[in-house]
Amino acid sequence: MKFSIFSLMRQALGHHARWPAQWRSPEPKAAYDAVIVGGGGHGLGTAYYLAKEHGLRNIAVVEKGWLGGGNTGRNTTIIRSNYLWEESEAIYELSVKLWETLSDELNYNVMYSPRGVMMLAHTVHDIQVFKRHVHANRLAGIDNEWLTPEAAKAFCPPLNISPKLRYPVLGAALQRRGGTARHDAVAWGYARAASALGVDIIENAEVMAVRRDARGAVEGVETTRGMIRTKKVGVVAAGHTSVLMSMADVRMPLESYPLQALVSEPVKPVLPCVVMSNTVHAYISQSDKGELVIGAGTDAYTSYSQTGGLHVSAHTLDAICDLFPTFRRMRMMRNWGGIVDVTPDRSPIIGLTPVPGLYVNCGWGTGGFKATPGSAYVFAATMARGEPHPIAAPFALERFTTGRLIDEAAAAAVAH
Amino acid sequence: MLLITCPYCRMARPESEFHYGGEAHVARPAEPANVSDAEWAAYLYMRANPKGVHAERWRHIHGCGRFFNAVRNTVSDEILATYEAGMSRPDLGDGTKDAR
Amino acid sequence: MASLHRTNGGGRVDRARTLSFTFDGRTYQGHPGDTLASALLANGVHLVGRSYKYHRPRGILSAGAEEPNALVTIDRGDGRAAPNLRATQVELYDGLVAESQNRWPSLSYDVGAVNSLFSPLLAAGFYYKTFMGPRLLDSNWAWHKIYEPLIRRAAGLGKAPTLPDPDRYANRFAHCDVLVVGAGPAGLAAALAATEAGARVILCDEQAELGGALLSEWAVEIDGTPAASWVADAVRALAASPRVTLLPRTQAFGYFAQNFVALAERLTDHLASSDPAAARERLWQVRAKEVVLATGAIERPIVFPGNDRPGIMLADAARTYVNRYGVRPGSRTVVLAACDSGYAAALDLHRAGIDVATIVDPRPNGNRTLIEAARTAGIAIEVGATVIATRGRQRVTAVRIARIGADGSAAAGSWIPCDHVAMAGGWTPSVHLFSQSRGKLAWSDAAQAFLPAAAAPGQAQRSAGACRGVFGLAAALEDGFAAGKAAADTRVRKRSFNVTHDLTDFSGIVGTPGTGAHVSKAFVDFQHDVTVRDLKLAAQEGFRAIEHVKRYTTTGMATDQGKTSNLNALAIVADHLGKPIPEVGLTTFRQPYTPVSFGTIAGTSRGDLFDPVRRTPCDGWAQAAGAVFEDVGAWKRARYFPEGGEDMHAAVARECRTVRGAAGMFDASTLGKIEVVGPDAAVFLDRLYINSFQKLGVGRCRYGVLLNEAGFIIDDGVIGRLAPDRFHVTTTTGGAARVLNMMEDYAQTEFPDLKVWLTSTTEQWAVIAVQGPRARDVLAPLLEEVDLGATSFPHMSVKAVRICGIEARLFRVSFTGEMGFEINVPADYGVAVWEAVWREVQKHGGCAYGTETMHVLRAEKGFIIVGQETDGTVTPDDVGLGWAIGKSKRDFVGMRSLSRPDMVRGGRKQLVGLLTADPKLVLEEGAQVTAELHPPAGTPALGHVTSAYWSAALGRSIALALVADGRARIGTRLNVPMPGSDVPVEVVAPVFLDPKGERLHG
Repeated sequence: MKFSIFSLMRQALGHHARWPAQWRSPEPKAAYDAVIVGGGGHGLGTAYYLAKEHGLRNIAVVEKGWLGGGNTGRNTTIIRSNYLWEESEAIYELSVKLWETLSDELNYNVMYSPRGVMMLAHTVHDIQVFKRHVHANRLAGIDNEWLTPEAAKAFCPPLNISPKLRYPVLGAALQRRGGTARHDAVAWGYARAASALGVDIIENAEVMAVRRDARGAVEGVETTRGMIRTKKVGVVAAGHTSVLMSMADVRMPLESYPLQALVSEPVKPVLPCVVMSNTVHAYISQSDKGELVIGAGTDAYTSYSQTGGLHVSAHTLDAICDLFPTFRRMRMMRNWGGIVDVTPDRSPIIGLTPVPGLYVNCGWGTGGFKATPGSAYVFAATMARGEPHPIAAPFALERFTTGRLIDEAAAAAVAH
Repeated sequence: MLLITCPYCRMARPESEFHYGGEAHVARPAEPANVSDAEWAAYLYMRANPKGVHAERWRHIHGCGRFFNAVRNTVSDEILATYEAGMSRPDLGDGTKDAR
Repeated sequence: MASLHRTNGGGRVDRARTLSFTFDGRTYQGHPGDTLASALLANGVHLVGRSYKYHRPRGILSAGAEEPNALVTIDRGDGRAAPNLRATQVELYDGLVAESQNRWPSLSYDVGAVNSLFSPLLAAGFYYKTFMGPRLLDSNWAWHKIYEPLIRRAAGLGKAPTLPDPDRYANRFAHCDVLVVGAGPAGLAAALAATEAGARVILCDEQAELGGALLSEWAVEIDGTPAASWVADAVRALAASPRVTLLPRTQAFGYFAQNFVALAERLTDHLASSDPAAARERLWQVRAKEVVLATGAIERPIVFPGNDRPGIMLADAARTYVNRYGVRPGSRTVVLAACDSGYAAALDLHRAGIDVATIVDPRPNGNRTLIEAARTAGIAIEVGATVIATRGRQRVTAVRIARIGADGSAAAGSWIPCDHVAMAGGWTPSVHLFSQSRGKLAWSDAAQAFLPAAAAPGQAQRSAGACRGVFGLAAALEDGFAAGKAAADTRVRKRSFNVTHDLTDFSGIVGTPGTGAHVSKAFVDFQHDVTVRDLKLAAQEGFRAIEHVKRYTTTGMATDQGKTSNLNALAIVADHLGKPIPEVGLTTFRQPYTPVSFGTIAGTSRGDLFDPVRRTPCDGWAQAAGAVFEDVGAWKRARYFPEGGEDMHAAVARECRTVRGAAGMFDASTLGKIEVVGPDAAVFLDRLYINSFQKLGVGRCRYGVLLNEAGFIIDDGVIGRLAPDRFHVTTTTGGAARVLNMMEDYAQTEFPDLKVWLTSTTEQWAVIAVQGPRARDVLAPLLEEVDLGATSFPHMSVKAVRICGIEARLFRVSFTGEMGFEINVPADYGVAVWEAVWREVQKHGGCAYGTETMHVLRAEKGFIIVGQETDGTVTPDDVGLGWAIGKSKRDFVGMRSLSRPDMVRGGRKQLVGLLTADPKLVLEEGAQVTAELHPPAGTPALGHVTSAYWSAALGRSIALALVADGRARIGTRLNVPMPGSDVPVEVVAPVFLDPKGERLHG
């Protein structure tokens, strides 16, 4: 049933008794042409684009818990594409372009809100780094502009630009097309659209083993809901990628860290954009519901505990209270953790693996949500064709052997 | 805030005195010039990253300054053992010692 | 002034004193001991808020932390405003100013209530299905420009403060043997037992008074003592022990690994006025050997149509208002009792002079004793019935009751006029902190609740009393005492308690009583307006996991985090899906238990204490000299020294001219310094740095470059050999700690066989650089018996000297291209020596210069800055430092990576100089470099400008850049595209001044 104001009105008359399930919940078949492991935004999106763009309909997504229950449902939903390197610009800009039409594409309001993402510079070194981004992005045709502290404050009135701050705001890089979206809706929207195209979405099915034939090629996955045969497996499991890949004896350049986020109690609109500060580790926006949504840096040690230390979120609140002294009396309502898979160069891994038939899309670290549509789009193409999509190619696993890294963290190199 | 027992100081101290150092027992090739690019990449980047028992390095950076190893369950964050650098991983009898 | 709504006596408020307060501008009176909620009820005010979505009138539901409805903003003026406070937790003080929220223009006439008319459209998840068109400018336009702003304005509750918070917050770390959370009967008993055992005890409770549920009892006697006296005795006994810390007004909000518990203590919010210097709240971070959780239980509302009208509240809350606060929450009440505690409430309300119209008990078989007691009191009782409708706009005026048939259907009965409804749905144990500790919960059919099952490893904790399903006062006291004893010392004698008027059955019902079709406007989550219908719709649409239901309907996501609603929601979904409750699952409990101020968590980490400032020994001199500072790492460094109103450009140009023309002095104390000592020191440095150190002579220096194992430059600095076994290593300012850690790592774990010791000496030395053609003349008078001649003390030398009578290390080094010296003196003598040098510098027409001038001078010479010319992706060869690699070395950190395919390919970016065609134009750092003019969007860049300055020495601009195949492009022209105009540049070698180094070696 198509979603629209008209269908909503029609269903309201019938007390909403006829809305169907948004996605089918079939029993798993014995075999599929391809199986996506991981029912988050990236995995469901991959299934959707496999079906929509590449005509693969006999495919399944297996998810060990509930859809969107991993980092999709735990992140602070920041969307932007003002990355430094051309390889990154390409994939994140593809994503932003897809975000701009995603609600229409999926007939599901994912609430993409291009409210502007402002990244604060606190040191002379930050200024150099951000201006380099601005120039690189302009050359690539990606919007990103430099703001003086006064212009930053005009764009975001609660921001404290006092020169007396411990790390005063010396300027900001603003991407106006950046913003936020509703994270759960992304998972549900892709699930509904993929299901409508025939994709089987199988929840509560945890992969226990990857089956391989005598040549070492993939021939299926063993799940808690039975064996599923397939010659193509796409692992899209974020923090759990190492665990799944080890089932196929592949060691990955990944470490899984806790990443904490928190929200305040809801208040009336007070923060009109997204503000990020890498220097003091604070990321903040306001949700449609009115909560201040705040992200922290990762905890110091690897962990799958989905929680973290108070000192890490406390450090972020220190920074928020300094940058926004009017928020100091706001109250933390909920604090949670996700598991992010971090690569040595802080860029994702997308593509083939040493195991024939096994594909992987991982390593998005702390910033995977923004890439959801683009990542899914190029990964679907990569899986369908058996060779990397041009935008995915630089993100292949081989780069760790050749040394051709895509180091976005490099920009954070500490000044002399 | 974890509590970590430094095997040199023999005291449980808060995590903020320590610095995490990644997977333990990843040996640097003795003759790097003689290993292949792939073997070098494995040393540099490939990590077990297990969900469960993990042998890892810590440094008591705001204490004695020594590097040491710990065995920790990455699901519960429970630290099962700490031991001096250079010692082999203790067998905790749970079958994880030889697991990669 | 006696209020109509006060009981005739009793309770814990101080009726002798009257406090004035305002709510929405109207003035009311209350008493010390009141909460804002009890004081409002005492004034007959029931309408206190509007719901989130439909803006329905809402009253006070509870008497505690679980309150979803009665949210207010308290403004104490001068930036001391806080939204979304629960009126049930706000202690009354004289002059309190409270405002209701989420209504316009007023609470009584709220325009937003029009939403109720559209409620059929506003079913769960409606916003995912609409607001997507029309497509005007682009596909997303209508949502972003029209619908989203409307939704945002409608959403939110209170308003964020508009002024900076002037208050202070405190922070304490504490250790104890036993932390007891909750000072109700179980918690008090646990603390008594632990104290008896001699343990160090911390007892915290979120309320102003310790005692918990005991404070709401009037008839109960414990061991022959009235409950209130028993509490007073217990608190007195605990307070008398020096080993006990009592923390009222303190919420344990987070339970982390290894018994680390975070508490938030409210210090001044309950006071009419306080010393502005006093902290408002305090964060306690407690590491406890043992934790006893005595967090009690929360009564559940009953889900029936129209259950949200003002005047409808939890039965135990009604009982608390009557007994503890001496307030009559109504004059005629209907008690809907699905749990025995409802009868206790009915009897207490009756005793307080409230007309209890009837008790409606949905259970087929009530407790005979209680039924008898109620009948004796003259209260009518309907067993096997429920409420199916209510009336009343801003206050309930009547309820309609119905008998529940054997099939669960409800047959509509009569309307009963009333102005108050008390509902007792049963009790949900507060397992939040237990769950946060990662303990496992298990469903108990008997308790109709999730109860603590298995503790998480490393968490030495036990739950006691109602929070683990041990209800009834005597049982809770005994359970608490046993827990305290087990936590502290098992040798303490077991205790039993004699309690009168005790209840035993607290199970009640979950979900809706009866099945019937009458589920319209039956609210589950009051604050978020989630109804039974919404939950069923979610399940119908395939949202079967409880996390999905929560996220789709937003049930349990309000500021109360579902304290009163989660279990009912779960039961309703389970019922709809035909599954047992534990199969549907449970949403995760997360910290904080109740909201905690950002300021409390941030504590004293504000202003300069946000991150401690590092200052050099000469910092005070630079401040006095009017320097402008910049942040580099944690350091404040003097950037330039403006004279007579100069801007940075003018000051830097002058400083540069002065250094090149005469001499300048520079505070280089922030550079990292590491003393590397031991017989294997040279071997060790050989393995770390790309350079060779074994053949470096004593008294000589070498420029060292440090890579990571990936082969990229991460640090550099001059390394001097003081003795065969002693090196003075310098690092970048920002890299000092990282380099030392890396050295320690290799020394301890990779090369433990090497005899080498490392010591950070960064803060031991003040470093004064003297640079310029007159540098020698500046220093000579200050030194004892030292020949600074170019042959006896050439460039890249070091020796121990005495300067101004102080032992020092003198380096002949240069980061400017001029003859240069760096004096290292013990930090305590830094200022004295600086001032002595300053006097000499002035005699030679020199100046002090800052980091900006240092940057320009080094760029003229093509010296790199790590972090500016390099960015973590740059190899030594990329920046022209391939020569520094020791030729015969087999290995050093990062060497192997330099032969990886990508490191040896053509087309790598290389350091070059750029000269703009217009010599006046200074390029912007970070600008991109392309081959073609006016490159179209998407053109790949050849590289970027890493440094760009006005060179006073050359009288033109200069720039350094990393450009693909840069060295092969020297002599060619490239382009730097800028907004609106392109800048043609010539590629040149990256050394602009004195390429032969004659000045340097002079």
